[in-house]
Parts: sequence; C-alpha cells; structure tokens
Amino acid sequence: MEKENLELYQKLREIVGQYLPEDISVNDIKVNSNFTQELNINSANLVDIVLDVEDAFDIMLENEDMDGMQTVEDALTIIAQKIDQNPS
Amino acid sequence: MDKAQILQRLPYTSPFLFVDRLVHINANGVVGKYTFRDDLPFYKGHFKDFPLTPGALLTECCAQIGVVCLGIYLFSEEIASKAAIALTKTEMEFLLPVLPGETVTVASEKVYFRFQKLKCKVKMTNALDQVVCKGEISGMLIPSEREK
Repeated sequence: MEKENLELYQKLREIVGQYLPEDISVNDIKVNSNFTQELNINSANLVDIVLDVEDAFDIMLENEDMDGMQTVEDALTIIAQKIDQNPS
Repeated sequence: MDKAQILQRLPYTSPFLFVDRLVHINANGVVGKYTFRDDLPFYKGHFKDFPLTPGALLTECCAQIGVVCLGIYLFSEEIASKAAIALTKTEMEFLLPVLPGETVTVASEKVYFRFQKLKCKVKMTNALDQVVCKGEISGMLIPSEREK
C-alpha cells in the first residue's frame, strides 16, 4: 500500500474501531472486511462511521457513497476519490 | 404535514401511546405533551407501595415525541413515503420523579438526520418547568409503503 493510502487506512481503522461490537477487535479489521457481515457493525453505527469519516477527511458523502461502502476497501476507494475531488 | 396527521400516523395505541399532543414541530425539532394518567396499569406494580413512572416509559415518551413524531415529519418532507422507525440508541439521565397524574413536556432538537438516521437531543420537563430527564435518542428510519 502506498504511504498516503496507508495513512488513510490507519485513520479509517481508528474510526471504525470505536464502533466495533465487543466480540470484534481492531485487529480483525482487514482491507477486505465487510462492515456489516464480518465486523458486525449495524446500520445505525455505520452512519456514525460515515459522519466521523466526513469530519476526519473533510469530505461530504452522499447516499450512493453509503450504499457503495460494503467493505473497508470500498470505503478507502470512495474516501480517496472524494479527497481528490476537493483538494483543500 | 400538520400535527394532527403526524399523530394519526403514529404506530402506537393505548396502552403504549405516550403522546397526547404536539405543541409545535419543524425540521429542527418538536415539542409535545403527555399526561401520565393516574389509572395507567403499570402504577400498580411500579412500585408496590408507591406509584412512580418508570424511567423506561419516560424514555419511551421522549422517543415517541422526540424521535418518532419528528421522524415522521422529516421523512414526509424529504421523500414523501411512510416510515417505520427502529430505536437504535438511548442515553438518558433521570433527574426527578414523575408521579401519577403529571403532565410532561418533551422538547426535542435534531442533532442530525442523515442517511436515514435521526439523532436527537431530548429534554422532558414537568409542569413546574423542572427538567425531569434528558439525553440523546437515535433511530433509523425505514421506508415502508409509498404515499398513496
């Protein structure tokens, strides 16, 4: 993974880590982890993750972005795209 | 959507309807009232010798007025479809007891409504305007049937 992407990944892991159920640890978060199926994150907490991501990366996410965020990798792709769109 | 239409759409009925009327509602919040009549059945058991309104029902009242009524309003404004609302999180602090017969006012302020999730700051006050309980309640809105 490139350095920039690695930073993004670390930051995302920190955010996701706050919403994991008790039986899942931060170490279980992998690039290909599915948020709801594998990390057992419910839809309400997924919204909180998305809102935290918006704040952390200074981006704005839409409903279709949310729908496309099945895995950690999907999220990384979408976040990277959004960051590229509005360089601040 | 007006206040009467919102009340009509509430998915509750006696003995689990905890909204009597809405004082006002807009996209940012709602204020509503409910009277815990002294003949409500749970007072017989909570508690054995001195009837007191259970905190769980104060929370329910806050959720029905503050999140469900507001959710129905917001949902009808945005997508014109009916919504079911699933409670996802409550974080409440209880400060004063509510006795049988008391009328309470619930004021709810929208924290955010995004991606179908509605999070609100709620506050319940008694007739003396003292804060009875306050906290944050969230729910997910699930679209059901389309508006006819």
